[in-house]
Amino acid sequence: MSTDTATPAAPKEGLFSKKNRKLITDPLDDNNPITVQVLGICSALAITVKIENALVMSISVLFVLVFGNMAVSALRNLIPSRIRIIAQLVIAAGLVTLVDILLKAYVYDVSKQVGVYVGLIITNCIIMGRFEAYAMGNKVLPSAMDGIGNTLGYAWILVVVAFFRELFGSGTLMGFRVIPESLYSTEGGFYFNNNMMILPPMALVLVGIIIWVQRSRNTKLLEEG
Amino acid sequence: MAFDKNSNGFTFGFATVLVVVVGTLLAVTYMGLKPAYDENVRREKMQNILGAMGVEVDRDAAPARYQELVKSAFLVDANGKPVDGDGFALDVLKQYKAWKAGEIEAGDMVYPVYEADKEGTKLYVLPVVGTGLWGPIWGYLSVEDDGRTVHGSLFDHKGETPGLGAEIATPMFEDQFPDKTITEADGTYTGIKVYKGGSQTTDPHGVDGISGGTITSDGVDEMLQRTLAVYVDFFQSRNGTNSYSQR
Repeated sequence: MSTDTATPAAPKEGLFSKKNRKLITDPLDDNNPITVQVLGICSALAITVKIENALVMSISVLFVLVFGNMAVSALRNLIPSRIRIIAQLVIAAGLVTLVDILLKAYVYDVSKQVGVYVGLIITNCIIMGRFEAYAMGNKVLPSAMDGIGNTLGYAWILVVVAFFRELFGSGTLMGFRVIPESLYSTEGGFYFNNNMMILPPMALVLVGIIIWVQRSRNTKLLEEG
Repeated sequence: MAFDKNSNGFTFGFATVLVVVVGTLLAVTYMGLKPAYDENVRREKMQNILGAMGVEVDRDAAPARYQELVKSAFLVDANGKPVDGDGFALDVLKQYKAWKAGEIEAGDMVYPVYEADKEGTKLYVLPVVGTGLWGPIWGYLSVEDDGRTVHGSLFDHKGETPGLGAEIATPMFEDQFPDKTITEADGTYTGIKVYKGGSQTTDPHGVDGISGGTITSDGVDEMLQRTLAVYVDFFQSRNGTNSYSQR
């Protein structure tokens, strides 16, 4: 889980110093939470049938991870080490419940779409992983940046997987039809939706393909030997 | 720091304070936002009732349009006889769960009827509720004044699988309902069957189910068969007394 060994930021460091920029860019590629650390796979399988779900899930994770990282970081010198996981879990669960309440009150339609999945954020290993590996040992601001970076790294994989699953599984993108109805065999054409794409195992195959492409392009990820 | 953050006392104290703070925060937020949430639920119900009549309206405009079109909301008992009570206020899902849990008898259940006037066409909107694969499913059917022809439908669900069972809430499924009939011409009850996927059905009392969503489709079939039987009794006893068809 602990793949980061970032040293505490030096005082008077600029907000967009090289080190802080790396907090955002690293998780996009070299240290991607899904394809490199293989965390958060459960939600990558569950909610990537449609792009819209993937986006809303990402926004919810952004909120929970950024504020959670900040809270854990602010309390890092107070949290007793024997109950630190429990303390982190209380913070994560509290924020997830907060997101759920806010969605229901202000964006009711979205909450109906993703309500079931919001609860799943608690089980997202990325949350606990970043709390434990980064926020427990770093200041509030870098922790927030780390939260943003990891969410972006998580989000782009989700959206790419959802793009292919929605396109080939339903023939739509963001709910808009891209494969004309007239091509379908039920309408006299030749085309079938690939029902495999709707089922969760296909997300795993797609994530595998992304990992393959990523490793063939990024030599830093290749293991020795 | 002078204190030992790993002492037993501090550990217990920290845990207590953290849980109380987080719990209070959530409780306050929930209480503060509950009116907004309840209002959303109320408007959505109005929007769904209108949707089943084929009236598309966004949620903010739903209360005004509902006032305009829906003339009354009343209750009928398990034999289709009108009884006292506010049809809109009844939570049919709660009643259904109580019945499933054995807390009330089927004979004691009441059923709301929404009587509406859509541009001169008299419609009755009938709520139905049942169980899908993952949780509750529900819907509204609007039936014309003849008491047997379906005018429109709307279905929704709590958490059916996107792309599979959740397809009951899409026009692809809902648009099959208009012009289906819930009885034979002589009044014999048929309900509306949901057929297993694949076949394009020409049955006037049946629709095509969702392929890949068999359990959800079976749930729709069950809730329609069970609930429409009560409403057919209502329509047939109404034809005798004619008490609700004036205007």
